[in-house]
Amino acid sequence: MDLAERLLKGEKRAVARLITMAENHDSEAIEILKKLYKKTGNAHVIGITGPPGAGKSTLTDKLVKALRKEGKRVGIIAVDPTSPFTGGSILGDRVRMNELSMDSGVFIRSMGTRGHLGGLSKATAAAVKILDIYGAEYIFIETVGVGQSEVDIAKNADTTLMVMVPGLGDDIQAIKAGIMEIGDVFAVNKADRDGAKRTATEIEMMLDFNKSDWRPPVQKVIAVENKGIDELLAHIKEHMNHLRETGKLEKKRTENSKLEIVDLIQQKLMNMILDQSSKEEMVNQLAKDVALRKSDPYSAAEIVLEKIKKA
Amino acid sequence: MFEKEKLAKVKESLNAYEAKVAETIQKRPERKEVFESGSGSVVNRLYTPLDIEDFDYERDLGMPGSFPYTRGVQPTMYRGRFWTMRMYAGFATAEESNKRYKYLIEQGSMGLSVAFDLPTQIGYDSDHPLSEGEVGKVGVAIDSLADMEILFDGIPLDKVSTSMTINAPASVLLAMYIAVAEKQGVTPDKLRGTIQNDILKEYIARGTYIFPTEASMRLITNIFEYCSKNVPLWNTISISGYHIREAGSTAAQEVGFTLADGIAYVEAAIKAGLDVDTFAPRLSFFFNAHNDILEEVAKYRAARRLWARIMKERFGAKKPKSMALKFHTQTGGSTLTAQQPENNIVRVAIQTLAAVLGGTQSLHTNSKDEALALPTEDSVRVALRTQQIVAYESGVADTVDPLAGSYYIEAKTKEIEEEAMKYIKKIDEMGGAPKAIDNGYIQQEIMDAAYNYQKDIETGKRIIVGMNKFQIEEEAPKGLLKVDPSVGELQKKKIQELKAKRDNELVKERLEALRGACQTDENLMPYILDAVRAYATLGEICGVMREVFGEYQQSVQL
Amino acid sequence: MDRPIRVLVAKPGLDGHDRGAKVIARALRDAGMEVIYTGLRQTPEQIVNAAIQEDVDCIAMSILSGAHNTLLPNVVELLKAENVDDILVIGGGVIPDDDIPFLKEKGIEAVFTPGTPTSVTIDYIKNNIKRK
Repeated sequence: MDLAERLLKGEKRAVARLITMAENHDSEAIEILKKLYKKTGNAHVIGITGPPGAGKSTLTDKLVKALRKEGKRVGIIAVDPTSPFTGGSILGDRVRMNELSMDSGVFIRSMGTRGHLGGLSKATAAAVKILDIYGAEYIFIETVGVGQSEVDIAKNADTTLMVMVPGLGDDIQAIKAGIMEIGDVFAVNKADRDGAKRTATEIEMMLDFNKSDWRPPVQKVIAVENKGIDELLAHIKEHMNHLRETGKLEKKRTENSKLEIVDLIQQKLMNMILDQSSKEEMVNQLAKDVALRKSDPYSAAEIVLEKIKKA
Repeated sequence: MFEKEKLAKVKESLNAYEAKVAETIQKRPERKEVFESGSGSVVNRLYTPLDIEDFDYERDLGMPGSFPYTRGVQPTMYRGRFWTMRMYAGFATAEESNKRYKYLIEQGSMGLSVAFDLPTQIGYDSDHPLSEGEVGKVGVAIDSLADMEILFDGIPLDKVSTSMTINAPASVLLAMYIAVAEKQGVTPDKLRGTIQNDILKEYIARGTYIFPTEASMRLITNIFEYCSKNVPLWNTISISGYHIREAGSTAAQEVGFTLADGIAYVEAAIKAGLDVDTFAPRLSFFFNAHNDILEEVAKYRAARRLWARIMKERFGAKKPKSMALKFHTQTGGSTLTAQQPENNIVRVAIQTLAAVLGGTQSLHTNSKDEALALPTEDSVRVALRTQQIVAYESGVADTVDPLAGSYYIEAKTKEIEEEAMKYIKKIDEMGGAPKAIDNGYIQQEIMDAAYNYQKDIETGKRIIVGMNKFQIEEEAPKGLLKVDPSVGELQKKKIQELKAKRDNELVKERLEALRGACQTDENLMPYILDAVRAYATLGEICGVMREVFGEYQQSVQL
Repeated sequence: MDRPIRVLVAKPGLDGHDRGAKVIARALRDAGMEVIYTGLRQTPEQIVNAAIQEDVDCIAMSILSGAHNTLLPNVVELLKAENVDDILVIGGGVIPDDDIPFLKEKGIEAVFTPGTPTSVTIDYIKNNIKRK
């Protein structure tokens, strides 16, 4: 039985292996995804982001447990940063999802960013599709949680859950712009701590500027104590219903597909330039000239593009 | 302490000395560019009065047995009596361990120290699925009062002092100890000993936690309160730096993080309505002894001085005993090597000297084979003899705090105190030790130190004799202690028999009473004691509390 | 090989001493590997489930409690039951030399005892993983 069939049968090892292949840019994985792409689009993809230490993993753990009570099949993709110096990483999100590892209805995969900026890995989108084909009804993507991840997550998720905690007042200011645009649901975790109310109020105040017909709800939770989880999950589902009812889901997915196509074109172009050694050499040589002020970066780029056009 | 003029003279001659040294080094360089202590802090070539310029004898040292206790908690220290030689032991069944205790008492051990197996430490009975393979391995398996009765059979509990390395389920094991004493006709007010009962360091470094922080802190303060009324001679907690150091911390971190934990317990007890002077005299500490003997001596002295000041100034303690930091020491397990294990005897001897010169109240010496397995009877004897040789032959126990006044020791004592205080301040800013553990700060600081240490060994910057230098080809050591794998089955059978013959209605009733009490603010000790007396198992009692309180989730920072 | 090696670092059983596991996790990371760290108190079932989902090249287990003869072979058995034959299984910790032949016979391919430099473990993994 080939990998595609095994994936369709719901075999976890096939899911796991395909994600690995996608991470390693294996062309076979792309072929399988081409073939099975029609089978995607059924899962509700939820992106979870927020500052480090906000309790994203614990919150994911609790949300997934709540969904498991409903008998839903769930996939989780947990992304952690890869060291730019060694290429290595420690992926530690499973520690907070220990019990889920024994649940046959849950698939957890940890991914390193592998040099991709923006809080996700390049292969995250492929992993989402694979889990979707596998039959996950809900797919959670937990980001690294840096300032840049917000835009990236919005490209991949139907619903973006922004997790905040009290005591990070300045950080809220710092990522305000990002929040305004992409948070669909807000959770204020560790709500038993001082300042939780203020944090919630601050978020509400910022949301007052939001003029769209979806007013993002702000839910206080205490993830470790499982408090506020059902309410939060209801908001997440409500958001999806809103997307479906208003036809925004199709619009959003169209936009996201466009972004993905553009991304892929960019990647392919880059590969065309850099994968062919002759061109890479050419770029290297031009770079030297630019550095020595024999040429300038604008002309250098034009030279390379001309060459590609001719090819 | 020092006159200005004389210091100026010292400065002059020091300058001359350094000039001369600079010349010598040109010709013959020193062994290293920078010398570092066991914990990696810089060690100077020479220490002089200039390094302790503002040293004030009365303020910084005082006399032994009085504030700030830098020189020791008793006026005469070991001239009165030696420290308690307390060998940590326990393995397999209660029967086997009972034999080992009797052997140790025969050999001159002065106090018992009980090691429990991991299922017991985590509140599981021997027949729990997670106990598979673990029963009786790192200590004795105790499932119920029946096992505890066997463990102390023939050992009069009004005569010995017993230390129990038990944390998350400490209240249950203490209740069992009280119940065994009752059966021997010994009233609780006569019982002497210590329970470790330090959950914060379990979260930080040792990992045998059960309940979340809040419930754990409640159980601990319940014990403080119960014992202050009923078991007045019992040390209700042993706030442990030992495991923090084993996890890889520096000496100053050991002091800083341990005292920060201590502060958290004192605050919790005060918040629970206890008067500081009712429970503080029963607090005790537990430190490690590593090979850098001078740094270690300074560490113990710094810990004593800092704690005395914290208790007096921060918590307004009035009783001298509330301010005096008494501690148990264990030699450093992580300093032992699996290679050439005989060398470990020497390491343990050095560490013993460190503990004694640092004024410990009791000491466990590790056996040479502990990097490989649990110690055999023979290797335990050598470890105990090491203490006896230091006590009876070395002479270091005959005068109090003999290293005081050494420029290096006093400078180092001050340095460690200051560095520990910095950590405490930082932890205070985070909202106290429980918060600093929750956000992973303490674990990460320790891990950074541990990783640096490992790298220093691998690059050869740090030499471990027999391991990364002076290696030999050697055969696998023979005659290591093996725990009979049938222990697990044996314990399972014992539980079955117990459950068949005890009054199960009574057990149910008592467990339900405990469950009810867990949901109130009542002190849980009387309920636990009642359940223990009815032969409810450890797993049943902890199970009820697990259901009410939930379980702790570890915080991992790497 | 141009892909990072993925290693599951796990603490099987009830033993809470994780200094060794954490040090090795960091060392493997610094050697360019992707380390999935699962934390304390892992049952053999949890370890195997995680290893499959994470599609790791190697399972590295650290154990100091003396329960190695029970727990480590259980992991190999469960992998076999799942028809997984391309994961390298190794162990480390306080494991007496006497027990090593038994563990190897049970499919633990290497056992690293106290004092082993992390570089030895790193090289072993690099040279012995089964998928290229």
